[in-house]
Amino acid sequence: MADGSIGLWTVPLAVLGGAIRVSTPFLFVSLGECITERSGRINLGLEGTLVMGAMSAYGISYLTGSPWLGVLAAGVTGALLGALHAGICSLPRVNDVAVGIALMLFGTGLAFYLGKPLIEPTAPRLPAIDFGWWSDIPQLRAALRVNALFLIGVALAPILYWAFRTTRWGLLIRTAGESSDAARAMGHSVLLIRLRATMVGGFLAGIGGSFLSLFYPGSWNEGLSSGQGITAVALVIFARWDPLLCLWASLAFGGAAALGPALQSVGVTSGYHLFNAAPYILTLAIMIITCSPKRTLTGAPAELSITR
Amino acid sequence: MTAEAADSAEAVGTVAPAANPGFLLRHGGTIEYILIPAAALAGALVVFGIFVAMFGKNPLDLYFYMYYGAFGTWFSWQNTLTRAAPLILTALCTALPAQLGMVIIGGEGALLIGALSATSAALLLQGLPPLVVQMAMVIAGVIGGGLWIMLAGGLRQYRGVNETISSLLLVYIALAILNHLVEGMMRDPASLNKPSTREIGAANMIGTIPGTDVHWGLVFGLIAAVAAYILIYHTVFGFAARVAGGNIRAAKIVGLGVSKLILTICFLAGGAAGLAGMVEVAAVQGRTNANLAAGYGFTGILVAFLARQNPLAIIPVAILLGGISASGGLLQRRLGLPDASVLVLQGIIFVFVLASDALYGRIGFLKGKS
Repeated sequence: MADGSIGLWTVPLAVLGGAIRVSTPFLFVSLGECITERSGRINLGLEGTLVMGAMSAYGISYLTGSPWLGVLAAGVTGALLGALHAGICSLPRVNDVAVGIALMLFGTGLAFYLGKPLIEPTAPRLPAIDFGWWSDIPQLRAALRVNALFLIGVALAPILYWAFRTTRWGLLIRTAGESSDAARAMGHSVLLIRLRATMVGGFLAGIGGSFLSLFYPGSWNEGLSSGQGITAVALVIFARWDPLLCLWASLAFGGAAALGPALQSVGVTSGYHLFNAAPYILTLAIMIITCSPKRTLTGAPAELSITR
Repeated sequence: MTAEAADSAEAVGTVAPAANPGFLLRHGGTIEYILIPAAALAGALVVFGIFVAMFGKNPLDLYFYMYYGAFGTWFSWQNTLTRAAPLILTALCTALPAQLGMVIIGGEGALLIGALSATSAALLLQGLPPLVVQMAMVIAGVIGGGLWIMLAGGLRQYRGVNETISSLLLVYIALAILNHLVEGMMRDPASLNKPSTREIGAANMIGTIPGTDVHWGLVFGLIAAVAAYILIYHTVFGFAARVAGGNIRAAKIVGLGVSKLILTICFLAGGAAGLAGMVEVAAVQGRTNANLAAGYGFTGILVAFLARQNPLAIIPVAILLGGISASGGLLQRRLGLPDASVLVLQGIIFVFVLASDALYGRIGFLKGKS
């Protein structure tokens, strides 16, 4: 083996690098979904938003030459899909879970349709910040090549935590999520609050998608996201709707998702597909452990249809 | 007379009182259930027409080729019906749990596990009479798919895990298991480019309905849909399921075994999707490989919602959506549309159908006088 000097240390290093790299989309989608669900509505369509975000970011980056414009475009696309979700949900007797499923199929379909011409060309990608310059070990340096979006996401988690607790907007979102009657009595439109919360959630999920196509894996194809969006939605549930816990859970997930490729790099190839499914198995396992049929989850917004 | 009219009005779901039992009043609900989805479908087609017009294609050409590719010729009818067969079965995977108020979207996973189990059964029983092998494949497919969705139902009942999310996660896990086995233990060494299992053998294929190119899977689907309809609407078990779906507390008070209901319904639902997997193996692919993840499970969700979770209505809706996917090839060849255009249209239809839920009971001339 070429890296005989550090041998099996490759695996934990790759998992560390993966925790940083792979976790970013999980982080953005889960923070976005956290905002939406706190307002009392669930958007299962973020899987579609993620793929649309990835496609539009890649397209705009390719056309304009600026990856950051691509990130912005991905966010705007996500916000539009969020507005569509919120708009349909505000009709009477429409079920938000079903609309989410519909938008999951619609978003992926639209992204594949519009993204057909983008599979061939190469778009400018987001730059990485090198935090491993002090080290001589190439694997460690690779693990510490961090994207700015990751840092933004990490900073966003405590900001959201703080905003939910202390700002007027945070309070309004939580009021709409805990008791729409109370929000209405205070003279606020619950539908408008939820529209904004879903749009912001979609914006963040779109940015999560731009990370997929513009940094890691860093290209556009139809197999880019397989269930990362829905995993992130599940992640919010066992993160108890707490942005800080979303951050830790995303990092754990990134690490789990990096396990397969890491083991493959040291020659363990037999269970490759099973290790790739690690994030889904982990999600399911954690949901089995943390959920209970007897009580509603602590911290669950009372208006949320999925936990009632 | 008045009481009878009131009963029938209630049965079809009309909210108006039975003071004037006219035709519209008695059948208003049924008409609504046909009219509103049809309007949603038409709206979706118009929006899709505008969408392709933005890419410089003529929407009228689009509609013509869609019709032609789906129902225009005997050949396209056969193509449509072949695709409708698995759709009927995977739609049941969403529609049956919906009677209990559960939203299961993991039909694709049950299909893959069903295909894998059916293939394993066929490979283990090589050399036995084809009828025995085929029966074993059906049983294995149903049990494999059934247990897979029963897992989601059990997690919901005993652990409170949301069944929508768990069933979708199980799709990705099923795909990983399939890829793992197909590239490892069960791989046919001769399949180089596309890792596959060994073939189940030409003698064990279920073949086509005489005089057509449509395989027997369509008959499996029709039987399953009718059986599901009878089960839900004409048996005590189905009645209990609908009571539990309407009001879980009331069901518990009258002593219905809710756990048993959930597990049984989920097993049957997964069994239907597993049977779809068996059909795809035994009538189309002849072996298990990644080709099986063709999205029938996901389109089945749309079929179930468009049919308003009614097992009988699933049949025409599955044929309609089978037609849309059958026309995809023609749209690609004649209009140069990408293959994903079928997905876009399906997504638009889904959005319209859900938005049209807001219309029920609001169409003036169907409401009757109160």
